[in-house]
Amino acid sequence: MEAARQTYAAGKVQDYLKQIGRVVVIEGKELAVFRTSGDEFYALENRNPHPKGGPLAEGIVSGHYLYDPLYDWKIDLRTGEVQAPDKGQATVYPVHIDGDTIFIGI
Amino acid sequence: MTSNREKLVLIGNGMAGVGTIEQILKLGGNYDITVFGSEPYPNYNRIMLSYVLEGSKNVDDIILNDWNWYKENGITLHTGTAVTRIDGESRKVIAENGLTADYDKVIIATGSNSFILPIPGSGKEGVVGFRDIADCEAMLQAAKEYNKAAVIGGGLLGLEAAKGLVNLGMDVTVVHLMEDLMERQLDHTAASMLKAELERQGVKFAMGKQTVELTGEERVSGLRFSDGTELEAQFVVMAVGIKPNVDVAKASGIEVNRGIVVDDYLQTSLENVYSVGECAEHRGACYGLVAPLFEQGNVLAKHLSGAETKPYEGSVVSTKLKISGVDVFSAGEFIDTPEHTVISAKDDWKRTYKKILLKDNMIVGAVLFGDVTESANLQKLVKQGSEMTDDIYADVMGTGCCGGGGAKKTASVESMPGEEIVCGCNGVTKKAIVDAIQDNGFTTVDEIKACTGATRSCGGCKPVVEQILQYVLGDGFEQSAKTGICGCTTLSRDEIVAEIRAKGLTTTKEVMNVLGWKQEEGCSKCRPAVNYYLGMIYPDMHEDEKESRFVNERMSANIQKDGTFTVVPRMYGGVTTPEDLKRIADVSIKYDVKVVKVTGGQRLDLIGVKKEDVPKVWEELDMPSGYAYAKSLRTVKTCVGSQFCRFGTQDSMGVGAMLERKYERLDFPAKFKMAVNGCPRNCAESCTKDIGIVGNDGGWEVFIGGNGGIKPRIADSFCKVKTDEELVEICSAVMQYYRETGNYQERTSEWVERLGLDQIKSAILDNEEERKALAQRIDFALSQVNDPWKKMLNDDSTRSALFEKAEIR
Repeated sequence: MEAARQTYAAGKVQDYLKQIGRVVVIEGKELAVFRTSGDEFYALENRNPHPKGGPLAEGIVSGHYLYDPLYDWKIDLRTGEVQAPDKGQATVYPVHIDGDTIFIGI
Repeated sequence: MTSNREKLVLIGNGMAGVGTIEQILKLGGNYDITVFGSEPYPNYNRIMLSYVLEGSKNVDDIILNDWNWYKENGITLHTGTAVTRIDGESRKVIAENGLTADYDKVIIATGSNSFILPIPGSGKEGVVGFRDIADCEAMLQAAKEYNKAAVIGGGLLGLEAAKGLVNLGMDVTVVHLMEDLMERQLDHTAASMLKAELERQGVKFAMGKQTVELTGEERVSGLRFSDGTELEAQFVVMAVGIKPNVDVAKASGIEVNRGIVVDDYLQTSLENVYSVGECAEHRGACYGLVAPLFEQGNVLAKHLSGAETKPYEGSVVSTKLKISGVDVFSAGEFIDTPEHTVISAKDDWKRTYKKILLKDNMIVGAVLFGDVTESANLQKLVKQGSEMTDDIYADVMGTGCCGGGGAKKTASVESMPGEEIVCGCNGVTKKAIVDAIQDNGFTTVDEIKACTGATRSCGGCKPVVEQILQYVLGDGFEQSAKTGICGCTTLSRDEIVAEIRAKGLTTTKEVMNVLGWKQEEGCSKCRPAVNYYLGMIYPDMHEDEKESRFVNERMSANIQKDGTFTVVPRMYGGVTTPEDLKRIADVSIKYDVKVVKVTGGQRLDLIGVKKEDVPKVWEELDMPSGYAYAKSLRTVKTCVGSQFCRFGTQDSMGVGAMLERKYERLDFPAKFKMAVNGCPRNCAESCTKDIGIVGNDGGWEVFIGGNGGIKPRIADSFCKVKTDEELVEICSAVMQYYRETGNYQERTSEWVERLGLDQIKSAILDNEEERKALAQRIDFALSQVNDPWKKMLNDDSTRSALFEKAEIR
């Protein structure tokens, strides 16, 4: 069912700080890319699922959760799902690492 | 997979029916569910239509269950599909478009329709009821095209409609048959007060008028009354009552009186067919209010889920008007007769009215106007038929002494049965609220609201929800006085600080691992807090964790909702120079700053800087950071003082700038503000600052714990000093004591109240040795700080990771 994705190289592991998001623009689409303390990488559309919107990249990362910077919603980085009591979902994109290069599928 | 489940069909996609389904799902009732609704919307909150009309909410806001909810729960939903009848023989529900659904059980929850007066002209264009979204939209539309409106009916719905139309700019007259408004809920006194209040708000009234005809051609142009008089109106809302919608039941051969007749388990005369809500008639009563719907729904849900339940024995109805600024409440009996004992209090100046009716000393009814804080309590007392006691009297009528009733109110929440509905708008029971608090560790009404929906609509139940919260937290206080600083730990702030010192813990990660955090890397509440405590304890050794800082502090600028940032340079004591102003202006133009604003703390906000431009703006400003984002010293507000002011006795600008330079950049538990005034005229407003300093002839008076923010508090006078050196020592000691004992995020206003002014005074004023030690510790911490803007400009890799976008094609 999933539409075919194109994969883009998005820099090296060391370009990303642990637990701090970074904005990556691929083909005009703005993503927030996160590196967890365990060196897992996640990519979300840099758009807060909160009705007022806003960015995600500046949130606080804890494990594979993100606390968004504007409204403190807790979001699962793996699925984009907003945790109760709030509701919503951020769009996630697949990331894989080859050597020390990050690849993101759009 | 679904073949052996029983089939449940709900006719009517409204609050009563869907509320019942929600309960069934919660109880684990095992059904394949199909819902038919005649409106083209998912389930919405009808009682909030008044807010839609008022413009404070739109249709999306009042949707209770969106399309997803049906999908997630595997419910088949047919909107825009009216059911014509139920065939009891073949066990099928048949809809007008030929759609059928097999059933094992059926719930009829078709609600009611507006009752349209059977008078000539009532079919004309521009005549509507006030029941559904379509009516609401017609009213919004009419307000754009026409000016004069009439609302027939001075009951709850009519008044809400009238106020809505007034808000939309229409000239509205309420036509009412009786001499009193809401005569089925209010006594003469309350009704008169209500009328006067609404007249003040712009609603006109035609009382004691019977409408006999609506005049006009195609469209209505006016009303004719039985006394021969007329009223002009191009738009008419009929709000004279509701008529249970019993068509489906009638067509299916089910016994119908005024409504669909049901027994105490909501069973109709046809086997396996039930009915709840406004369409049902129970023991001769049809209810047009929301609380009974949920009470009926709860009984039916339990019954259908095979759970044990008491029979439904009818509801005590109470009323609240949803018009902003008009608080009216009534419950039970409200018109006094000779057999009642009446307790009442009317205050014409405050425009409040309170009445309680007793029969044989039992509380049987109440009316409140103006002040409805006791409504939830009274509703319960009426429902229980409680006996009047001195305590209840004191509670409800007030005794003139403050604070006496608090404990008793909590006790009444304690005795409330779990299944009692607290939030009538959303059908939330006490048990649901208690469970939500206990399961999730909630400590605020907002959390309860987001989880259960209680208080989400009219908000009338908020006091009770607060009491339940107090009761649940207060009761478990023995065990859970250890509620911890957040959900990740049961340890308090003091315990965490003690453990860090005792075990020599050095990073947030270490703290969380060693002290057994539930969520390994903490959350947005505890990580910044622990990072602060570590920095406070080890000012020289702790390496500040950017990843544990809230965005504003990490970026050293304030994030705005669109993701741009605000940059605020330092302006010591609120004083700047023409050269600096010129530079600020040049940079603002170059980087297309959206707004330059003078802040409350006497400096300049450059609002709307693009994230990637923030470091360049800092560089070109070449000024120190103003820390507008930080839990740190923000500003020292000053007046003109002795340098220029004819009244000034002290150099406030000079001392203010000196203090700001001395204490800038250091972390505090929360933001910190100061003010220095040259004389007791207090032009820089010391009374609302964390430390406020007022100059007088021969010295300074120091105030602490003031706040102008969310919880305003006037500062307490702390001490008087003679010299600037003493002033600095006192400020240092107060600030360091606050740094060491304050909870993260706790302002000094709360800190002073928690510790008590006396304790702070004795720690600092009575103990010279400790005062000097505190001052030394803050000086040591201050020796470790650097300007974050400069630091970031010199750290290429961090700056680029934080601020720059990686562009990939």
